[in-house]
This record gives sequence, structure tokens and C-alpha cells, in this order.
Amino acid sequence: MAQPPTKIQVEHLYFDYGSKTALTDVSIDIARQRITALIGPSGCGKSTFLRCLNRMNDTIPNTHVRGKVLLDEQNIYAPGTNVVELRRRVAMVFQRPNPFPQSIFDNVAFGPRVLGLAKNANLFQTIEESLHSADLWGEVKDNLKQDALTLSLGQQQRLCIARALAIRPAVILMDEPCSALDPIATLKIEELMQELKQEYTIVIVTHNMQQAARASDYTAMMMLAAGTRSGTVIEFGETKKIFTNPRDKRTEDYITGRYG
Amino acid sequence: MNRFLEQRVGFAMLSLAALAVVAPILLVIGAIVVRGIGAINWEFLTAVPRSGMKAGGIFPAIVGTLVLILGTSLAAIPIGVGGAIYLSEYARDTWLTRAIRLAIVNLAGIPSVVYGLFGLGLFVLFLQFGTSIVAGSLTLAIMTLPVIISTAEEALRAVPTEFRTVSASLGGTRWQGIRRVVLPQALPGIITGVILGLLRAAGETAPILFTVAAFFLPRLPQSAFDQTMALPYHLYVISTQVPGMPPQIQYGTALVLLALVLSLNVIATMIRSSFRRRRQW
Repeated sequence: MAQPPTKIQVEHLYFDYGSKTALTDVSIDIARQRITALIGPSGCGKSTFLRCLNRMNDTIPNTHVRGKVLLDEQNIYAPGTNVVELRRRVAMVFQRPNPFPQSIFDNVAFGPRVLGLAKNANLFQTIEESLHSADLWGEVKDNLKQDALTLSLGQQQRLCIARALAIRPAVILMDEPCSALDPIATLKIEELMQELKQEYTIVIVTHNMQQAARASDYTAMMMLAAGTRSGTVIEFGETKKIFTNPRDKRTEDYITGRYG
Repeated sequence: MNRFLEQRVGFAMLSLAALAVVAPILLVIGAIVVRGIGAINWEFLTAVPRSGMKAGGIFPAIVGTLVLILGTSLAAIPIGVGGAIYLSEYARDTWLTRAIRLAIVNLAGIPSVVYGLFGLGLFVLFLQFGTSIVAGSLTLAIMTLPVIISTAEEALRAVPTEFRTVSASLGGTRWQGIRRVVLPQALPGIITGVILGLLRAAGETAPILFTVAAFFLPRLPQSAFDQTMALPYHLYVISTQVPGMPPQIQYGTALVLLALVLSLNVIATMIRSSFRRRRQW
């Protein structure tokens, strides 16, 4: 496989919660229009790392970031960075489907409205396109005024993906997006990810080894660094290689279920 | 004693305790309705008092109480809800915000007559509003604020943090998240708190005693700086200050006050229960 261009370049990233260092020296290159999976045991900093990529950790008091995250070669932690603009380019889908308790339409319209992107005429178009891209349009097109909470969990999660797509991001971060879903809804999301990567760069945290193996192009194996309580990437590469021929003994133990 | 018998005795005692709570309320309402309903007619509700308040109606007192509720809302709702939004959404946990919270809890425990004296000192005398609707409304508003702030803050905190996070992840500012997602969710709870606070204000006598209430003023207030009659104080006056008062007028006045307060209470309960039905997370 030819090396695709890099979308996000992470260089020596450290993350501190007060005096506790949660991430140590993470350096990986995230490829454009590919799916990169972050795997590893609970508490090793996968979600923390993911949230460093759109600065969602900014809202937590007493945290501190060292190192660089270059998005299209621009350091997102450089002083003067517009965080709102960053989050428009790097959208996020969360663990639990969390549509707002509003109509389907208003959910997808939320981003365009707060960002002042769409005026009435093309707002509807944006919403239709986003729901199409999230593979939900056919199921909801006649009920856009319906309360989003009446949808099934799988549909709610696809609605959350549509809501994220409506702000026209370049990167989509997914934090265990299937952990609340049944296997069929999960498969649907995985298929959707394959369609989305034609256009978007996707980074996904998952606890599900089969999911990482099935759905991702690259895999980063994270674990607490030896002798510390701080997470780091111990192995990173093409998913195929990581799963068939891991270099690190700890990766092999983890993916074959011998971990711990 | 066999354990089933024990349980039966226990339940019987618990239900007696529950009954003991309900009985006085029913008795009070029953007594007032039975003795006061005879006084209620069109004249009683729409005419001014006559013959040393022994005849005629209580219209100025009804209007006065409604005006005071309105004045109290104008002052208490923006400050109370604004303060609650600040405390719940913006304030960091510092010694200052802890002191503010402590002050709010303590304000709720202050006897209402102390608010009355405070209002007399600050609004009537120092700020020279005189004995007026403005002074009375502001005094009642201060008394109401702790209820509004604490219930509104609770309603805001009941909205899952996740919604604020999602809003931020979609590029919303903190205020946009509050305005578009958090407030609409918290609104029914906030409205309930506001009504409960106003309810307390509507029924209080002591805070209006020195700040607004007129002993006998058989006309409607002319401006916000006018005095006014008000139902609770009128009830106090005709119950204790006027010899030879027909009991039916006393009970009739109590019935009108009770009906006003209870109907506000029913509205608050309805809003709260419709909120519970809609909440699905």
C-alpha cells in the first residue's frame, strides 16, 4: 500500500492532569482519508489522546499539553489558534449516542446554526446531505420534525454522525462509537465508516479487537509506559501487520487476549 | 411477635403518620371553604371595602397582591435565573462561589419579618422609595431569590454535562450551548422554582407590613410608588384590628388568598409532571 499523505502529525505529545502525566511522548502520523484505530487496555489514555486532537480537553481545569499536534502542518496548540474553527474541522462522535432532546432536523442543524454557516435555503440542503452521508436519510426523511430520542440507538448514533458531518469537518474523531450498540447496528456504523473515509480522515478508539481489525487501515497500540501511570503508543503501523505480525510482545498478548 | 404481624403493625403506623400529614391540610382547607364560601360573590371580588371594611369587597387587596407578584417577578426572575446560570455554568469552585452558596442557603433561613425590616431600612428609608409597591416588591424579591436560585441551579445541573460537551465539539460557544440546549431542558424546572418562590411571596405578611401594605385604601394604586392593600395583610387587619368583623368576610378573604396560592401551586405541579414525562435520558 502506497504511503498516503499525512493529515495529522503528532510530535512528542505529553498531557498532564495537574501533577499526573496521563500521556507520555506520543508521536504518530495519522493518514489522510484512512481509518486509524486506537486500541489498548482501559485507562491507558486512548480517549485522552483522541480529545487532544480537537482540544476537547481544554475545558478540564488544571490540564497542560506539551508537544505538537500538526493538522495540515499547522500546530493546533500554537498560541492564537481559533479553537472553534479547529473543532469545525475536527468533529467528534461520542461513546453513547447523545442526540439533543430536539427534533431530528434541529439536531443536524445545530452546528451550522451556531457557526452561522447556513442560511435557510441551503440549511435544508446541508441537512439532507449530512443525513445521506450518515446513511440515515431514507429512514427519517418523512419525519424530520420527530423527536430524535424516538429513534433506535443505532439510528441515534448515525444521527450524531450526521450532526458532526453537517459542520463540514475534515477529520472525524470517534470515541468507542459502537460500545452502546448491538452487533447489527455496529456493523452498519462500520460500513458507514468505509464510505466516509472516501472523504474524511477518521480516528476511532475501540475496545473491540475485531472491529479494529475489520474496519481500520492503521492501528496504534497504547499502553501504560513501563513503571508509570502514563499512557503511550507502544506500536503503530498498518492494521494488517499489527494483527498478523506484531513486533511488541505486549501488543501480541493484548490482541490475542492474553493481556494482564 | 410473628414477623407478618410485625409488618402489618408497622405499615399501619406508617399509614397513620401519612394520614396525620394530610388531615390538617384537609381540615384547614375544609374549614375555610365551608365558612368562607358564603362571602364569595361578584361584589366581594370586584368592589372596594365599605363601612370600615365590614361590607363591600376586597378588590384593591386582590389587585395589590397580583401587582406585588408581578413586581416581585420583574426583579427576582432576571436576577435569580441569571445568578443560577452563573453559578451552575460559569463559576469555578472558589472560596467566593462557596461563600455565595453559603449566603444563599442562609438567606433561605432568615425569618420573613427580618426581610421586612431590611426592606424598610434600605428601600423605604435609605433609597427613599417610601412605603410603595417598588419597595415592597424589591423586599419580596430578595426573600424569594434563594428559592429561585437554588431550584434553578438544580434544574440546570440536572441537564447532562454531555450536551454541553457535544455543543462545544460542534463549534458552539459556551453561551450557545447554554442558550440552545441547556436552558430549554432546564426551563420547566426553573419555571417551577420561580412559581414556588412567588407563591411564598404572595402569602407573606411580614415583609410587606413596613414596606408597602396599606391598612385601608379603598382605591387601586395609582403608580409604582403608591401604597396598596394586599390580601395577607388585609386578612391580618380584619382578623385582629377591626372589632366586630363579620367572620364570613374574614374566611372569605382567606379563601381568596388560598385559592390564588393553590392555583399557582397546581400550575407548578403540572409543569413539573409534564417535564418528568418528557425527560427520557
